Amino acid sequence: MSAPGGIGNDFVRGGTSQSFRFILICIVSLALMFLDHRESHLTTIRQAFSVVVYPIQLAVDLPIRGWRWAEMAFAERAELLAENEALKLERLDAGVRLQRFDSLEAENRRLRAMLDSSARVADRVLVAEILAVDLDPYRQRFTINRGLGDGVYVGQALLDADGIIGQIMRVEPLTSEAVLISDADHALPVAINRNGLRTIIIGTGDTIRLRMPYLPTSADVEMGDLVISSGLGGVFPSGYPVGYVSEIERLPGQGFAEIYVEPAAKLDRAREVLLVWTAEAELTNNVDDDPTNLAEAR
Amino acid sequence: MAAAHIHWRLPVVTLVSALVLTAVPLPAPAAPFRPEWVPLILIFWSLLAPERFGLLTAFWMGLLLDTLSGALLGQHALALVVVVYLTIRFHLQIRVFPVWQLSVTVVLLLVIYEFVLFWVDGVAGRTVPLAERWSPLIASALIWPLILAYLDRYRHEAQVRM
Repeated sequence: MSAPGGIGNDFVRGGTSQSFRFILICIVSLALMFLDHRESHLTTIRQAFSVVVYPIQLAVDLPIRGWRWAEMAFAERAELLAENEALKLERLDAGVRLQRFDSLEAENRRLRAMLDSSARVADRVLVAEILAVDLDPYRQRFTINRGLGDGVYVGQALLDADGIIGQIMRVEPLTSEAVLISDADHALPVAINRNGLRTIIIGTGDTIRLRMPYLPTSADVEMGDLVISSGLGGVFPSGYPVGYVSEIERLPGQGFAEIYVEPAAKLDRAREVLLVWTAEAELTNNVDDDPTNLAEAR
Repeated sequence: MAAAHIHWRLPVVTLVSALVLTAVPLPAPAAPFRPEWVPLILIFWSLLAPERFGLLTAFWMGLLLDTLSGALLGQHALALVVVVYLTIRFHLQIRVFPVWQLSVTVVLLLVIYEFVLFWVDGVAGRTVPLAERWSPLIASALIWPLILAYLDRYRHEAQVRM
């Protein structure tokens, strides 16, 4: 806040010193933006501010968290029993599938060894909670409650139970900021699971539609095809579901087909997300805040 | 010292509330119509007590807003400083406007605010839908008279002082 007293009145009455200050602050703002845009020059300043802002984020999140807690505390017994039953069934189902997964994984490793390709090491995951904080409404960003202290790094992939959600944009001491795959500035290398056809998925700004603009009209894509991450580019782990093809438009005379994909993950409803440490990232010693990690977020 | 009797508590509380209200999640259909709380509150206080809530307040609030919203550091700061500078520059004229004229002026100031934000986004190469940029203005124009009414006591004191 500006200093009260005689000096303050001078700023108001006499225009010159005030205009000078205005121009000075504008230049400082522009300089800050320039440095920030060039990435990572201002990490410490930003981190300091983020700690100041953290109580505000918590204050915003608290009532919503409390509401959820109350909802759970006062839930009907019958409802809980039904949910428990459903979860047991789900667990049984998942368990049966896992039994085969172990042997399949072993087989896969054997085959890969025979082909001389690198083995796929299991990824490490950590559960993070999304803070109910609205960031810029024009971009698909959100904040999670894990930061530097948990070893989060820029470019790290985020999943939910159904598929890929997004990646980490910025890491702060207590929180991190992530971008959804549906952000209009986000691109993600993928492959069609059925035939291994590789392409890139781009966000549309709409959480239920992603775009695949770079497939030729003749490409072998069908409605309902599962799209998985291809792992090219090294940011996202390969083999996780991204979505299902929901719309194909092949216009004669156009070189490329208009293909849209519905995300498998619940982009706008997720509350908990999984942070993934890919084997590759662990090997390269967590290339911390290397901006090249963000190559995939154009 | 004209505004010495305005206690520091109310401005601080309103400014922090503005930050909180900016971050509170709204249901998706209502989200684009979130009023621009921070510039509204800053305009109010800099109209009322320009010698206390000046460019530096706007600058720091802008930096906090930038961090909160994950924007470029300095983007909201620049926009807020421009708006507050114009407010202080013309505060003697603006302050005596009747309410409707004051609202029009505030909307004009917010247009400038949105334009600066939009311009910075453009220069930085971030994709932002243009149409949604203008919807907060409607909400802000509607909320401004309410802010005035709520903080009316202080406004009257300010006018009496002149």
